[in-house]
Amino acid sequence: MTIVFERPKALTDVPMHYCPGCTHGIIHRLVAEVLDELDLVEKAIGVAPVGCAVMNYDYFECDMAQAAHGRAPAVATGIKRANPANIVFTYQGDGDLAAIGTNETVHAAARGENITIIFVNNAIYGMTGGQMAPTTIPGQITQTSPYGRDTKTAGFPLKICEMLATLDGTAYAERVSADGVKNVVNAKKAIKKAFEYQMAGRGFSIVEVLSTCPTNWGLEPVEALGWLRQNLIPYYPLGVYKDKEASR
Amino acid sequence: MTEKVLMKGNEALAEAALRAGCRHFFGYPITPQTEVAAYMAKRMPKISGTYLQAESEIAAINMVLGASAAGVRAMTSSSSPGISLKSEGLSYLAGCDLPAVVVNIQRGGPGLGGIRPSQSDYFQATRSGGHGDFHLIVLAPDTVQEMFDLTIEAFELADQYRMTAMILGDGMLGQVMEPVDISREGTVSTVAKQWALTGTKGTRKKNIINSLYLNEEELEMLNFKRFEKYAEVEKIARTEEYFIDDADVIVVAYGICARIAKNAIDEARKKGIKAGLIRPVTLWPFPKLQLKAAAAKAKAFIVVEMSMGQMIEDVELSIRCSRPVDLCNRTGGMVPTPDEVLAAIEKAARAERS
Repeated sequence: MTIVFERPKALTDVPMHYCPGCTHGIIHRLVAEVLDELDLVEKAIGVAPVGCAVMNYDYFECDMAQAAHGRAPAVATGIKRANPANIVFTYQGDGDLAAIGTNETVHAAARGENITIIFVNNAIYGMTGGQMAPTTIPGQITQTSPYGRDTKTAGFPLKICEMLATLDGTAYAERVSADGVKNVVNAKKAIKKAFEYQMAGRGFSIVEVLSTCPTNWGLEPVEALGWLRQNLIPYYPLGVYKDKEASR
Repeated sequence: MTEKVLMKGNEALAEAALRAGCRHFFGYPITPQTEVAAYMAKRMPKISGTYLQAESEIAAINMVLGASAAGVRAMTSSSSPGISLKSEGLSYLAGCDLPAVVVNIQRGGPGLGGIRPSQSDYFQATRSGGHGDFHLIVLAPDTVQEMFDLTIEAFELADQYRMTAMILGDGMLGQVMEPVDISREGTVSTVAKQWALTGTKGTRKKNIINSLYLNEEELEMLNFKRFEKYAEVEKIARTEEYFIDDADVIVVAYGICARIAKNAIDEARKKGIKAGLIRPVTLWPFPKLQLKAAAAKAKAFIVVEMSMGQMIEDVELSIRCSRPVDLCNRTGGMVPTPDEVLAAIEKAARAERS
């Protein structure tokens, strides 16, 4: 019998804890497939965030560290500077990367730190039960924006790829989405490119992946995918925001 | 004859780190420790090391955590307000059982405080480096030579016990210049750090550096085990003792205050008062046994410190309040004079006689 589909070597045989319909599982698999294809499992070191993905040190088959909330880029910096031959990546959510860890994120990019960030943006704090995130869109209802995010009092979302694209240290920044076959295929291409940039020593690379949170959005998984398409993609347009190689 | 060089305390400390094999320093400017960063910035590029000026003290300590997790000797330094920001990282380093060396060249507080020398971070260093049950090894140099020697020792202890070792200095020790013998080489650890994140290279199972344990029974057990290790570390507690064999009045002081106290003790002895000094070299572990033994003979204690009275609690606890303990203190960046300490000794001697 021929095996046509199997678990990537870069993923462990540990059942993931994610909610039904959450796209973290897809994004984990994409990262793992890329690690397999680039033969990086044995030299990769991942850094887990605080948030829904906090336990992903159990899911990836490479060496893993777990960082304090928002500090993954600093921890990854320390690892990379200690062992530059390793391939170092962080996997962070929007609260972790774009609120408490904005400083670490911006400065890792500004330094051109040769690491790769997988940034999962589902516009909400998932782990703590659905609070307003830095990427919650105007009008979006969450536990801490119960009448919808009012930009008069809660301000506006951060557009991370757009921000980081302005920095000279950023080598590659692309926003993708995990909502359907075509976008998932594109997401994998972007993730692969980000790791390839690090392998080539080109500097800081980030892939922002728009993701769903059916549980805290209060939607069925399929509805959540629709909500992402109708609301998140228009606010956070997909595409390449920075590509140092292409612009040469 | 050993050749001595004239160095600032902060520079001697930085040089010691290099001699101990530290090639990864993550800093952030703050007075009065900035010479440590400046020295590292000058030297590291010449020896293929990393000097990285972080965006904050929080980032710097987390970079130390990453580098330490990757198996190298790493250090950061700061002064009081910056150490508060590092508290988060200190707790995570402890929770991950990672070695690190952290320097606090203390200045007056609270808040932004001042930039003059202080010892008011004693509680922070010995009690609450951050949230959760944990300890730092805390070493207190009193000369530029010890800034050098204890820094090398800090790296050795950190690796040996997989703990953060803190050098608790002050603005005076950081800034003062003294002759120092820097010929001693560090014992660069050759013990393989099998737990380190280096990539599996296909030769071992993956390593995980983590402090999250959602199973409370497991977390309790880990804390119990960590405290068994701390019980071992308690054995490294040590002091310098000065004229204590026949002392009626014992001054307890660390760092720069111990040197000031020595002058006062010499003067007291000239006046016929049997005074002596116990200088804790390790603040955690605190030299409880040494203090307890001294209390068997001495009649009174004086704690000299540049704070509103922090180490005095450890002295009282160590001797179970079996003798009177007076506080001779200045704070906010003020430094006690030998005359002030002498007056305190004379007062204690009079009280003891009456």
